[in-house]
Amino acid sequence: MSIIFDHVAFKYNPGTTYENTALDDINLKIDDGEFIGIIGHTGSGKSTLIQHMNGLEKATSGTIYYNGQDIYDSDFDMASLRTEVGMVFQYPENQLFGTTVYEDVCFGPKNQGLDGKEISLRAFEALRAVHLPEELCDVSPFELSGGQKRKAAIAGVIAMKPSVLILDEPTAGLDPAGRDEILNLIKELHEKNGVTIILVSHSMEDVANYVDRIVCIDKGHIKYDGTPREVFKNYKELEEIGLSAPQVTYLMHDLKRAGFHVDTDCITIEEARNEILRCFGI
Amino acid sequence: MKIIEANNLSHEYIQHDEEGNVENIITAISDVNISVEKGQFIAILGHNGSGKSTFAKHINALIHPTGGTLYVGGMDAKDPSNTFPIRKKAGMVFQNPDNQIIASVIEEDVGFGPENIGVPTDEIWERVEKSLRMVGMWDYRKQSPNRLSGGQKQRVAIAGVMAMEPECIVLDEPTAMLDPDGRAEVIRASHELNQKKGITIILITHYMEEVVGADYVYVMDKGNVVMEGIPRDIFSEVDKLKSLRLDVPQVTLLAHELKKAGLDIADGVLTREALVEILRGIRGEE
Amino acid sequence: MTLGQYYPADSVLHRLDPRVKLLATLLYIIGIFCIDSPIGVVFVTVCLASLIFLSKVPFSFMVRGLKGIMVLLIIAAFFNLLMTPGVPIVSFWIFKLTWEGIKNAALMTIRMVYLIMGTSLLTLTTTPNALTDGLEKGLSFMNFFKVPVSEIAMMMSIALRFIPILIEETDKIMKAQMARGASFDKGNLIQKAKSMVPLLVPLFVSAFRRAYELANAMEARCYNGGEGRTKMKPLRYKRNDYISYGVAGSFFLICIVLGIMF
Repeated sequence: MSIIFDHVAFKYNPGTTYENTALDDINLKIDDGEFIGIIGHTGSGKSTLIQHMNGLEKATSGTIYYNGQDIYDSDFDMASLRTEVGMVFQYPENQLFGTTVYEDVCFGPKNQGLDGKEISLRAFEALRAVHLPEELCDVSPFELSGGQKRKAAIAGVIAMKPSVLILDEPTAGLDPAGRDEILNLIKELHEKNGVTIILVSHSMEDVANYVDRIVCIDKGHIKYDGTPREVFKNYKELEEIGLSAPQVTYLMHDLKRAGFHVDTDCITIEEARNEILRCFGI
Repeated sequence: MKIIEANNLSHEYIQHDEEGNVENIITAISDVNISVEKGQFIAILGHNGSGKSTFAKHINALIHPTGGTLYVGGMDAKDPSNTFPIRKKAGMVFQNPDNQIIASVIEEDVGFGPENIGVPTDEIWERVEKSLRMVGMWDYRKQSPNRLSGGQKQRVAIAGVMAMEPECIVLDEPTAMLDPDGRAEVIRASHELNQKKGITIILITHYMEEVVGADYVYVMDKGNVVMEGIPRDIFSEVDKLKSLRLDVPQVTLLAHELKKAGLDIADGVLTREALVEILRGIRGEE
Repeated sequence: MTLGQYYPADSVLHRLDPRVKLLATLLYIIGIFCIDSPIGVVFVTVCLASLIFLSKVPFSFMVRGLKGIMVLLIIAAFFNLLMTPGVPIVSFWIFKLTWEGIKNAALMTIRMVYLIMGTSLLTLTTTPNALTDGLEKGLSFMNFFKVPVSEIAMMMSIALRFIPILIEETDKIMKAQMARGASFDKGNLIQKAKSMVPLLVPLFVSAFRRAYELANAMEARCYNGGEGRTKMKPLRYKRNDYISYGVAGSFFLICIVLGIMF
């Protein structure tokens, strides 16, 4: 079970004067159960990249394989790909439309053609997974608070029981506690249900805290692909492409420069704390 | 001189049901006491729904106090005849960059405010040039706002307010929808206005790193001011901030963790440099 | 579709006051419906050709605007050609080809083509904002009848600013619903209409939120209707504008004279 990008390129308006290469020669393999962070400057092509994963954009050249099947084959079932690879867009609350939260969450499973019992089972399961209180089910989604709306929208995608879940900046605009809630529920989905997670984020700190692998995109190319520690070693190069390393990584470099014998690869507060304490012999 | 003075400021919304009867009275903010000196850089922190935006809208007379008093530049915000003079004195920049740019050409958008307050044509052009240069967007003046990045759009919005020559600018979560670059751009621009032009800045945000450079910080929760002080003092209360759905910058949190582990570190470390200095000091003693 | 699209260039026509261009376009439209003789057609052709030349807009751009109405033109010409009563040249079944028919069809086609080209020329050489300004100032006499001209103009320019934003938003919502398994082109008409709900509801919600926020932002910048406002770019007639009024007026008169005489 995997998603494979084989020399994928994507151009906007190919063949016209407005031609614009958004992705160029992307080779990528995403295995089952991974937790991947995608980082890249605004306009680097990361949104275009994820929209290829469930066939919302079609590559101008190259092939994408889902579980070994070429998704551009004429007999490939695109509808089932979209239920297998769920996608939570940026500001997903902007897609809510149901008269009640429950009705909205049912939209995806209904489109999958499931029977009524299965639909409501999945809807309630999804609402529970995002920790939305049950009494909010019959409320209009437009009456929820910002954070609750976001959760309801995510539930709408989870209800389709995707085996891969892509989230495009799911914490944008939320306050710190709201951010932690969303990230933790994503982590739960990954750990409890074994869902493959692909998280697009602008926050290097969040990426460092949660993901196992980082794919860094720059100008439509994959610039780095590795564990957070490996990728954040290149903090100077990351800055050149408009990104950065987590704040603690910079601190560790500052300390090293100040003569401390510390490991500069720390990317989380916990790692930094332990490393500094080790340095002081505590 | 005080430019903003809120004494026990309260705001209540009355909710009506479908027949028009009073169904519910919602207190958005209550007994808020905030005073701002001219030329200060103030930050108001709070989670979503803490009432900080409601307070911000009062400063611009978009809504009026239902209890207590608010004076903006010495003018009573309750008096409807002060609405326009107050809006001239205290400008406002909003969260969504797209929904506050009115014109399809950048220079025309910056000219919108001065047009509204009846500034003569020649002076509008002078003000537009001055404001756009101040935020570094002069080169884009003939462009459509649709092609700009979020940070650039917000700088245009700031220029649009500056062109009205206010004494104070309220920025209501101006960075919430921006990427890290855009956030830095906007914060840098607002500090520049504060330092170079002496404009009073009131920054409303939930990003803790943006608060570090402020002169004074208010923290709001459930419509009340629950903490106030200089950033250092505010950030020294890591656990209290967490309980208010807030956070502290990573460096501050790390310093806090190190202190808990037994290192002799003062509370409220705000910058990397400060933490390195402190750790150096500790090493020196050993 | 070039109608409604602006072609950036620096030409005499681009620099003209939008009010002049609006009135000239109006006179031009009436003018081409006055003429109905070959000599009139030649006259209008010469005028239109010189205008296109002056505008510095590539001719291909003008022709592109016609593509959209090609089918319509052909159908209309076909019926004019074969259904006009008169002396038949050839006839088969219910159709008769007459001299009158040929003349009618030719004239009608030329009028339509020239109409599209002329009005395209207006929008190609005038920015939407200038056009709204022109309408605002040109129709300011309507204020006398309590028509809020300046507010309507403001609404138009805001609409122009938000059209691209809402188009982008539509695309985003559509993709988001497609990711949830929605399809917008399956089934019969009723099913199709139903499938639009998940697209239209969020779009309206967002449009209203934008309207609310925009209204706040405008108020915060002291907007209070048209009264007491000054203009950053006030419209002022220059020499060329007066000359153009003269030219447009003469064009109109000649068209009427040609229409009566031939």
